[in-house]
Amino acid sequence: MNLFTIFISAMLINNIILSKFLGICPFMGVSTKLSSAIGMGIAVIFVIFGASIFSWLLYYYVLEPLGLTYMRLICFILLIASFVQFTEMFIKKTSPSLYKSLGIYLPLITTNCAVLYVALDNITQGYNFVETMVNSVGVPAGFMLMLVIFATIRERLDGADVPRPFQGNPIAFIVAAIMAIAFSAFAGLV
Amino acid sequence: MSTKKEKKSFGSELIYNNPVFGLYLGICSALAITTSINNAIGMGVAVIVVLTMSNIVISLIAPITPDEIHIPVYIVIIASLVTIVGMLMQAFTPQLYSALGAFIDLIVVNCIILGRAEAYAQSHNVAESAKDGLMMGLSYTLSILAMSFIRELLGKGTISFTNPLTNTEVFNLQIIPEKFVIPLFTTQTGAFITFAVLAAFVTWFKYTNDEKAEKIKAEALQKEKEAQHA
Repeated sequence: MNLFTIFISAMLINNIILSKFLGICPFMGVSTKLSSAIGMGIAVIFVIFGASIFSWLLYYYVLEPLGLTYMRLICFILLIASFVQFTEMFIKKTSPSLYKSLGIYLPLITTNCAVLYVALDNITQGYNFVETMVNSVGVPAGFMLMLVIFATIRERLDGADVPRPFQGNPIAFIVAAIMAIAFSAFAGLV
Repeated sequence: MSTKKEKKSFGSELIYNNPVFGLYLGICSALAITTSINNAIGMGVAVIVVLTMSNIVISLIAPITPDEIHIPVYIVIIASLVTIVGMLMQAFTPQLYSALGAFIDLIVVNCIILGRAEAYAQSHNVAESAKDGLMMGLSYTLSILAMSFIRELLGKGTISFTNPLTNTEVFNLQIIPEKFVIPLFTTQTGAFITFAVLAAFVTWFKYTNDEKAEKIKAEALQKEKEAQHA
């Protein structure tokens, strides 16, 4: 498959939130303000990219030669958790200002199911190393795109007159439903 | 306070402390696999097993786990349990396993499981933790069952169940004629709408119940005052 196709399909057609329903928890949590949406988006791109590449290397150079592929779930989740921890420590040491803006989002990412999903998906799809890199940028880019669009909509929703039971999260899900219709138009793209 | 809570029926407890619609935990899988009742039951059983087992194991090892590394330890326990359940499903219910796809593996990051480990299992004994895991798993299952019921009924017009072990159909009722079904409900959009409406219903139920309780309280207070005056 051509690399551009992988990128577009990962970012728009199989959008992680609207068509795979992953990463909904942080999506609902931080999409209330545009600035936090951008911060979270950048942090997620970085973590998914790094974690997926290390998982790919771990799988093909350690687990497969040793015949331990059934251990992949345990290994990947540990790798992700330690990668997030390491990233947090690294940013804290090297760039305190970046840490200040991204710091609070980093611990949240361990519980983001999108990270584990991308790591597992790269293996099940049989991607090679370059394809893995492209896919691991495309998926979080789609996540960030959705987060930013959604945050701008929700900032306006604050002033809207919403029926009481729908206030807060339920109306956000209705918005997501309408956006899913819009994104379904990408389905025929590739 | 606690006696009042104990009096609540299982039904209203289910709505009040609903992990999916009330606390917004484990939403990802609830949205993704509720296209059919079969998938919901399969996923529900898998979560009940993992949650109960993880609660039991974690309540046993919590006293000897150093506090700084308790999260990685819990995650590894949960990941091992999920791997076991996944292998069992692959062996005995291959159809269901392929229908649920990556979502079996993703039970590891289902917030309900780590959430219960943190909030309950590590500070309670084995029996209590097992019961809590069972109840939480059950209310998760009932929530996704409700969602899949609505989505399958409106989207395909059927209510069906297939035995996953033998892969034979147990029953398959066409309730809404095929001409009148709304295929939108089987798509992602339908998932979001169904979820939003059910979550709004839970919120509404809480509001009305709380208001009722407040009214009763206020009336009782009024009566007390009147009695004092008299």
